Amino acid sequence: MQPLSARRPALRVDPAPTKWAYRMQRLWLTPVFRTLFRVGLPAFVLVSVAGVFLADPARRAAISGGIAGVREQFQNRPEFMVRLVSVVGASPELADAVRARLALTLPLSSFDIDLTAVRARIQDLDAVARADLMVRSGGVLEVAITERVPALLWRTETGIEMLDADGHRVASLAARTDRPDLPIIAGEGADSAAAEALALLAAAAPILPRLRGLVRVGDRRWDVVLDRNQRILLPEEKPIAAIERLIALHQAGDLLGRDILAVDLRTDHRPVLRLAPFALNQLRQSQGIDTSGSQL
Amino acid sequence: MTDLYQAQRAMRNMRRAAMQRGVIAILDIGTSKIACLILRFDGVQGFGDETVGPMAGQSSFRVIGAATTRSRGVRFGEISVMAETERAVRTAVQAAQKMANVRVDHVIACFSGAEPRSYGLAGEIELEDSVVTEQDVARVLAACDVPDIGQGREVLHAQPVNFALDHRSGLGDPRGQIGNRLATDMHLLSIDGTVVQNILHCIQRCDLELAGMASSAYVSGISSLVEDEQELGAACIDMGGGSSGISIFIKKHMIYADAVRMGGDHVTSDISKGLMVPMAVAERIKTKHGGVHATGMDDREMIEVGGDSGDWEKDRRQISRTELIGIMRPRVEEILEEVRERLDAAGFDSLPSQQIVLTGGASQIPGLDGLASRILGQRVRLGRPLRVQGLPQAATGAAFSSAVGLCLFAAHPQDEWWDFEIPTERYPARSLKRVVKWFKDNW
Repeated sequence: MQPLSARRPALRVDPAPTKWAYRMQRLWLTPVFRTLFRVGLPAFVLVSVAGVFLADPARRAAISGGIAGVREQFQNRPEFMVRLVSVVGASPELADAVRARLALTLPLSSFDIDLTAVRARIQDLDAVARADLMVRSGGVLEVAITERVPALLWRTETGIEMLDADGHRVASLAARTDRPDLPIIAGEGADSAAAEALALLAAAAPILPRLRGLVRVGDRRWDVVLDRNQRILLPEEKPIAAIERLIALHQAGDLLGRDILAVDLRTDHRPVLRLAPFALNQLRQSQGIDTSGSQL
Repeated sequence: MTDLYQAQRAMRNMRRAAMQRGVIAILDIGTSKIACLILRFDGVQGFGDETVGPMAGQSSFRVIGAATTRSRGVRFGEISVMAETERAVRTAVQAAQKMANVRVDHVIACFSGAEPRSYGLAGEIELEDSVVTEQDVARVLAACDVPDIGQGREVLHAQPVNFALDHRSGLGDPRGQIGNRLATDMHLLSIDGTVVQNILHCIQRCDLELAGMASSAYVSGISSLVEDEQELGAACIDMGGGSSGISIFIKKHMIYADAVRMGGDHVTSDISKGLMVPMAVAERIKTKHGGVHATGMDDREMIEVGGDSGDWEKDRRQISRTELIGIMRPRVEEILEEVRERLDAAGFDSLPSQQIVLTGGASQIPGLDGLASRILGQRVRLGRPLRVQGLPQAATGAAFSSAVGLCLFAAHPQDEWWDFEIPTERYPARSLKRVVKWFKDNW
């Protein structure tokens, strides 16, 4: 019988695994444990180390400050700096206004320029129809301006404004004589009907030498004012057709050359003439109506 | 007996669970070696062609780990030193797990010792209604008269071998058939209970759970008898290290099992005693030069016995192979004579086919088949286990027939008594099944 109590000194190493080695091997072969050990544990260590490191607000600030510093350094490199603004396609006065409006303190990094906002700011200028901004190489901010072209003068209570073909204000004008080439319009809401006014003026080309201007009445229809204070009252609807008809009448019978105060075209099937007082008396006398002493 | 019945049911459920998990370990606890195979069940992999079926159901599993270690603390197929055996089991299981790279929790074990004894049981009942149901099968199994198997003995296998309905016998599955009297024959294998307890305890100490047990004589028969031998009647002699198991099969059922408590280790100890050499040297001489038939050539073949006593005369001894055979043959003859006695006692003569298959490690002695045919009968052959998928070449020898058989047993267990339903009469009084049966009987 082999001794039960004391183990003999083993000459050869026992090939059997110890109980703990056996258990550890079985544990290691457990898939859940394996996954936990190989994925879970490193992830946990990583997250906890990062968490402990970032728990200190000073370290967090240092990291974010470092990132911001690197970013700043990169953005402030000379190749990204804008040193010059060139305004293209604008008159000198407008160019100065645009420069003032840009309000950029150069040199400035191109990353810091909000081109969309700057463009919106420039396009707020009345004289600018469209602005295109582009950062060119060599640190140049090119502002390509399309100016508004004045097409009309609008006389208001406060002064004379220049309007473009769409009726948008371009600039103020000190005196009518500064731009004698532009037709003049007046009246409340005349600017919003500028396109119609231009069409009327084009239609009234034969009587243009006599034309003084257009007056918007009640923000709904036009009056054409000729010299000798003659007025042509146009209808709300189809004023172009009305004025063409009048011009046809005028060319046939020299209508406007007669002593008339106004031609009322507001009712399209019945134009009405208002004669001057002298002409009216002459008409009545020729018809044998005595009106002397009468108010009519 | 009811305890083991419940335990066997529990083991059956555990094995089902293990097979669902897909991995199960096979442990052959032998006297000379402990083998551990790890099986993976992948489900049946067809060949895509319907005509080619899975090979005897073996394609459903694959051996993914195999390890063998020298057995320690086992005598006559029974555990004699628990701690040593536990270490040996741990070694084998660890190596197999390492090879399979998977952890196993469930083990099916087989062992050769524990004095198996066979009993033939017969039961008979009158059918309630003429159709045989599951319940009737359960009742007829319960109606078998259990012999006195002795104090402290447990039932290892209890397999219904035959069903008879009225005058018709040899029914495989009587369910759904019509008759009046159902009779059954059952084969019951009893073993020593303490040996089972020891093995259970040993396996639990290795953090494993026992999911099944089998007699190694039975599983060797499964693996080394071919199909027609199992069908027509054959005996499998599993000559192990410490004991030689005998199992007799007919109609694919084991009908008898026994064990002779002698094996290859006794041959080794005879050599050791006869030549005055250590057991290790004796084992080496036996495996290298052993035999059972001496010829004139063997007189001239001298074997260096060797030794490290320091005495020149002793260390330079030489023996002829004839002398070695002279030592081995009586013991082998004794084993075979013993086997013959057991077979005669079992009535092996009356079987239609009397094929005898020798397997196990000790069956590899050269010339054994010739000797065996003199003692056991003319129809003797040496058997090797069936080839199963993934089994390493080193584990395909005759010594592994019980391990391989246990794989087959795990994959396709034979119906045992505890696989059938419990008859309703045996259920506790307030069981739902009793209620159902009462309703069935009264309406």
